[in-house]
Amino acid sequence: MSPALAAAAPGTVKVELRDVGLRYFGREGETEALAGISLGVDAGEFVSIIGQSGCGKSTLLSLVAGIMAPTRGEVLVDGRPVRGPDPRVGYMLQQDYLFEWRTILENTLLGAQIQGLDPQMARDRAVMLLSRYGLAKFMDHLPRQLSGGMRQRVALARTLCTDPDVVLLDEPFSALDSQTRIAIADEIADILRREKKTAILVTHDIAEAIGMADRVIVLSRRPGRVKSTHAIQFASSGASRPSPMQARNAVEFNGYFNRLWQELEVHVEG
Amino acid sequence: MSRADAVPGSRGDAASPSAAYRHFLRTELRARVLVRAAQAGLLLAFLVAWEFAPRYGLVNPMFTSYPSALWPTFLGLLKATANQPGILEHAASTVMATVVGFSGAMLVGVIVAAALWWWKRLYLVLDPFLVVANAMPKIAFVPIFYIWLGATLSIYGMALAISVFITILMLHAGFEGVDANKIKLAQTFGASRWQVLRMVVLPGSVPTLIAALKVNTGLALVGVVVGEFQSANLGLGYLIQYGSQVFKLDIVMTAITLLAVLSALMYLAIAALERRVMARR
Repeated sequence: MSPALAAAAPGTVKVELRDVGLRYFGREGETEALAGISLGVDAGEFVSIIGQSGCGKSTLLSLVAGIMAPTRGEVLVDGRPVRGPDPRVGYMLQQDYLFEWRTILENTLLGAQIQGLDPQMARDRAVMLLSRYGLAKFMDHLPRQLSGGMRQRVALARTLCTDPDVVLLDEPFSALDSQTRIAIADEIADILRREKKTAILVTHDIAEAIGMADRVIVLSRRPGRVKSTHAIQFASSGASRPSPMQARNAVEFNGYFNRLWQELEVHVEG
Repeated sequence: MSRADAVPGSRGDAASPSAAYRHFLRTELRARVLVRAAQAGLLLAFLVAWEFAPRYGLVNPMFTSYPSALWPTFLGLLKATANQPGILEHAASTVMATVVGFSGAMLVGVIVAAALWWWKRLYLVLDPFLVVANAMPKIAFVPIFYIWLGATLSIYGMALAISVFITILMLHAGFEGVDANKIKLAQTFGASRWQVLRMVVLPGSVPTLIAALKVNTGLALVGVVVGEFQSANLGLGYLIQYGSQVFKLDIVMTAITLLAVLSALMYLAIAALERRVMARR
């Protein structure tokens, strides 16, 4: 199960959901959050999932991360059913949630410590990641001394420090101001592609979804179902994929945007 | 905090502060000095009133003694007599019992609050009992504690009893108040419940721990003094009781003043601890 090996097999299905459904139970009744979701994400692929708030996007990620279990169907990573949190899957939450009592380096090491990885190797990797993201000078600082964009880069380093194959992103930029948001999205998309991670991004920002992903999946309103899937290709940019920022200027961008906008708009009226 | 460049919140180049900035600093300083002066003035006014009200016959000096009488009384009480230890020995006994009381309350509080966090059902069952136990006037148990635990242990017992329930309630509320998303984050890495407690809940509750410490030090001191009223032949509570029985208000007032000084010292110690811990946040 070496990550290098898993990443070296493009085209194989990395994450698969088979007829997944989820119901919440509460005193007021039961809520059907997700229904009949079937989808696959290939190794090394970047998929965005969009939908309106309350459509179960975040729940879907929690299922893949193994911190929730579906009430129907199966979630598979590398063909094996997910039974709980798995070191192969990393999760970036809506905010950085850095621990204010830990230094930047200690925050980066959180996952490695929980998973009991070799401390020296984890430390070397954390230092390497932080240096690569321009945070070498801040390793011994506390989170409150860093700006929002820097904190989000630390959160990425924390996620990647345990070297997961799959990275789940739950609107990880929503707490940032709009300029930082675009810059960080650029950086993170670039990093995840270079490291050949399989990525699933959940967002309600259509431009972000198009800019970062190879494929955009639209979820319907509650209960969330796969409404449509859109392959995102920028033939105008040549062989290499444009960055999210460049993508906004590509000729194809508006076409994708309008199509997805209409897909979402239908639900507002319905 | 070390100086760091390009860090939000860090100060800019302080080499040549502008006139407006110097004015701002002066105003700040003046405000701080004024507060300190007002505090000192208030204390002085209190002492002056206490000194001169009995002298001019406004109150009976038998009942209040004088501040000026305290120091000679204190010096006189320093020496142990045949049937009475020195006042510092009394104070040491009170401090010792207080420290044991609040340390015990913290220890028991953390363990019980963690157990209540761990087993939510246990909390649901015990919650009303804890609230009532906290609201009960524990002082009502002083005579019973004396019978059950004996002269010395009943003082420790009272210090613990009076401070432990509020500590449990405060800490449990703090544990439950730790950001659920931080716990979720740890869980995405596969953290066990024990790891969540050790790496998220406990370190995340340090401000609550300090707040609880502040509350239960004061309460433990109350418990000790009340316990000493009843049962001891040592401690400032005993000295107060003894002084009032032989109608020597000088002794009572000296012991009370010493208690005030001890409270202030404990407050300063906790404030120093708080500053040290909070520097990490």
